[in-house]
Amino acid sequence: MQEFLDSLIAQGYFPGVRWDVVYFGGMLVFAAIVLLVFILLVAGGTTFVERRVWARIQSRVGPNRVGPQGILQWLVDGIKLLMKEDIIPAAADRYLFMFAPYVVMVGFIGAFVVVPFGSRLIIADMNVGILYITSVTALVVVGILMAGWASNNKWSLIGGIRSAAQIVSYEIPAALSIFPVVLMSGTLSMQSLIQGQGWAPWDWYVFASPFTFVAFFIFFTSALAEGNRTPFDLPEAESELVAGFVTEYSGVRYLMFFMAEWGNLYIIGAIVTTLFLGGWHIPPVTDNVVVQAVLEFITFFVKSYFWALVAMWIRATLPRTRVDQLMSVCWKYLVPISFVNILGAALWVLVFPYGFWPMHWLLFGLSLFIIGYFFSRVVFHLRRARVRERDQYQFSPLS
Amino acid sequence: MSYTRDRGYFGGIADLCMTILDGMAVTFSHLMRKPSTVQYPDRMGMRVQDTLPFRYRGILEVDLEICTGCLACERACPIDCIVIDVTKEKNVGMVMTRFDIDMAKCMYCGLCSEPCPTGAIHHTPEFEGADYSLESLIRRFVKDPVVAYKPKKTGEDDPKVRQPDITRARTHLAWEPRVDVDEGLRLTFEWFRNKIAA
Repeated sequence: MQEFLDSLIAQGYFPGVRWDVVYFGGMLVFAAIVLLVFILLVAGGTTFVERRVWARIQSRVGPNRVGPQGILQWLVDGIKLLMKEDIIPAAADRYLFMFAPYVVMVGFIGAFVVVPFGSRLIIADMNVGILYITSVTALVVVGILMAGWASNNKWSLIGGIRSAAQIVSYEIPAALSIFPVVLMSGTLSMQSLIQGQGWAPWDWYVFASPFTFVAFFIFFTSALAEGNRTPFDLPEAESELVAGFVTEYSGVRYLMFFMAEWGNLYIIGAIVTTLFLGGWHIPPVTDNVVVQAVLEFITFFVKSYFWALVAMWIRATLPRTRVDQLMSVCWKYLVPISFVNILGAALWVLVFPYGFWPMHWLLFGLSLFIIGYFFSRVVFHLRRARVRERDQYQFSPLS
Repeated sequence: MSYTRDRGYFGGIADLCMTILDGMAVTFSHLMRKPSTVQYPDRMGMRVQDTLPFRYRGILEVDLEICTGCLACERACPIDCIVIDVTKEKNVGMVMTRFDIDMAKCMYCGLCSEPCPTGAIHHTPEFEGADYSLESLIRRFVKDPVVAYKPKKTGEDDPKVRQPDITRARTHLAWEPRVDVDEGLRLTFEWFRNKIAA
């Protein structure tokens, strides 16, 4: 951030203004952008996008009445929740109950501090960036457990306990699958992690070795579980637990829990993009600082939002797992595989300290092959649906 | 592929990846199909009422121009939702002072329209009866006393020859018959022949 403002001053954007005023104003503007654009637009807009994508996958239309194509639906929903009565149950632990949503919200907003939106657009480039994210998002568990306990309701308590068990378990494979990348780059800072990669897909860490390739999938799966997303949405399983730890909440506190949940979807995408997919890197096209910052921001946003879309798509595809399946996936599959992964990655770094270029091309080609196979399956299913539709028409004069 | 047998640790992982990939291909293919939602009532090509079959039994309507005041419908109604008051006036004939149908009671059986000699009482394709009070569902057809219709002595019957026309279906629904007349006749003959043979 400071570098960005320095380069703006050097290019003569603020003639006759003291540098500390520029710094202060810059920080204020950036904080406002983060709060307004990301917390509101991303979390709110994601609810709308998710409902539309989900509806289309289920052959429905989804909300399309408020504004053009229903684009203002999320605003209306938000205003509705803001105007609702804030009910606190008589038997609830009053202060814990009121405090819990803020803890969840802090855990979620805290993650934005180290999200690198561009080479200069970052609030604080900490040297422990990626560890900071894993630890600050763990604050969400405290909030959820607090909400579950304070509601004094069986559904809430079971939901809260399930969520705590789930997040604590899945933090292990998530943290372990970060390590292959950390071993390759030799740093924990978000910006240095991105600088170790390049703009071209074959320069990304995900294709650097077979171990980071596997780690990518393990990380995405455990991040979904940590964010309480389907197929791991047991803490708020509607069919079993009413709404889990949010059962007793209403109005603006309810809104906060869901803002955190949907905003978290974007955070998952942002971490995946930073660690594995080259972050904000763009091809060298311009020298203008502002244009470059905008392009980098767009690149990063599109990449990370793509993974939020994939999470929505998974939600529309996969059924919810059972509690025992959830735990067996974590402890029997993800944790052992990520340990093997770390060992393999360490050996890989030892054998090829400067990387191994044929592997980049091999893995990139493999991914292209998987994507090609995937689309061939899509075409297959489309064609089969068309054949089924045609066969449904059979002639009968009685019809 | 069968997923019932135990494929071991790595076989299970392979199955998981393949099945998830295929499941996601199915859901992705749905993104590229047309949604099957019908956005009733305001975002449709035409009103639902116009797409209903010819003999659809909707809300009842009386054409007082041709009503003879014979009370056949009132007698036929099994739940007495039709009330008709008719008086005989000198030099004028039958005069109707009341013709009420309580659509809240009506069960849309169609028994009233069967005995009607002129087809005055008939079903319309209208079905949207939602209202704020039950009283507003009572349809009162006679505002001022009306002289009942007197049928002519010559035959006024069902037409013996009908000529169905699909122009409306063509213009409103952009509908085209899937088989032409000759082909349809051939298929019908064939179908009946097979039916008799079977």
